[in-house]
Amino acid sequence: MKIEVDPDLCAGSGMCVLTDPTMFDQDEEDGTVILLQPTPGAEQEKKARDAAHLCPAGAIRVVE
Amino acid sequence: MTETMFSELPSARSTPFDPPAELGLLRGTAPISRMKFPDGHLGWLVTGYDLAREVHADRRFSSRSELHHSPRLVAGQPMGQRPPAKPGMFIGMDAPDHTRYRKLLTGQFTVRRMNLLTPRIERIVADHLAAMRAAGSPADLVADFALPVPSLVICELLGVPYEQRESFQADTARALRLDSSFEEIMAAFERLEAFVLRLAQSKHATPGDDMLSGLIATGELTDEEVANMGLLLLIAGHETTANMLGIGTLLLLQRPDQVAALSADPSLADNAVEEMMRYLTIIQFGTIRTALEDVEIGGQVIRAGESVSISVAAANRDPARFERPDEFDIRRPASGHLGFGHGVHQCLGQQLARIEMRVGYTALFREFPNLRLAVPAAEVRMRDDMAIYGVHELPVEF
Repeated sequence: MKIEVDPDLCAGSGMCVLTDPTMFDQDEEDGTVILLQPTPGAEQEKKARDAAHLCPAGAIRVVE
Repeated sequence: MTETMFSELPSARSTPFDPPAELGLLRGTAPISRMKFPDGHLGWLVTGYDLAREVHADRRFSSRSELHHSPRLVAGQPMGQRPPAKPGMFIGMDAPDHTRYRKLLTGQFTVRRMNLLTPRIERIVADHLAAMRAAGSPADLVADFALPVPSLVICELLGVPYEQRESFQADTARALRLDSSFEEIMAAFERLEAFVLRLAQSKHATPGDDMLSGLIATGELTDEEVANMGLLLLIAGHETTANMLGIGTLLLLQRPDQVAALSADPSLADNAVEEMMRYLTIIQFGTIRTALEDVEIGGQVIRAGESVSISVAAANRDPARFERPDEFDIRRPASGHLGFGHGVHQCLGQQLARIEMRVGYTALFREFPNLRLAVPAAEVRMRDDMAIYGVHELPVEF
């Protein structure tokens, strides 16, 4: 599994960081998404899918 | 195509914690259906979870105020086109205007920034609970706790003098009262706008260490824009969380099993907050979006210019998304609820609200294990008459 993020779409809601702060962070200046872990391990896959689903702006994509 | 009988969005509740029953019945047969809006516009009503998410996420649906038809009647409101959002009132705008304003704020509301505020919120909560105890039983939990805690938090964050809360709280209430006339609402907003504009001007001259001063320091905004952004945050920041704390406490007081589960396992607190957001959904009238072009959704074609009223409360009780949706259960998977909205307009202050609720409910039931209603539950005055639902007062004993 691979995660892709698009900071241009990001609305800075923080849902991804709330879901898994080891995979995602937010930019200090404008709160947009920073991807910390583009290739999550098996134990993180559910969280990755949750984060993509919960992102209100469609800025996170999971490529299987 | 299903033609519903509604000529405005139903709001009358038969039970205090459940959305109007008609909305649930409609969701079962037609999660998107036509609705006649009070101004005569033939638009749409969405009550299903998947469609509610879809409309919020689809940028072909606009948030621009001037395109919207209101799903409820306001006495004296002039017919015809509504004015566009004022500079800085980005809730009623689309990209790129919305994006420009919001991006100046999102860095201030990140999960990390909000987590750093936790000790200060714990202090404010503790101070108010101590004052309530000192004043003695019985107490009004709304006046002593639910309203002042988020009001003080947002005032400190924005740099609004807390001593001036009475006037802005009263005007916010006037603006959100459903039986206020259009003129009364406009007058309340004018006073609120004047209040924050004076504040923005004074901070322009003498900056402080607060969010309004920070916005001014960007050099990208007029004082009017700063004022309207501040007003949006001020209203959204105290009214919504205050009502969640009030009605959430009423709910918990009637569900000692849930309070006991929470006390036994404090790690349930985060999910309890999500479940309260789902189950209570205090935004009575949901959200409005207007199609910018013809959009097919849920087997219907929404024509350009047609408004869609989204009942977030009904969507959060959709059995297709949440098992046993009408049961309140702090252990259920509740994430994905639409209580903070969805799409690029999703609540900017949601991470702050989550902390205020988690700290607030937890401290309240820890400090007052014998907290109970001082009146029969049926006598608690529910905010049926307000755009944001909740309780007017909550008489408690301890």
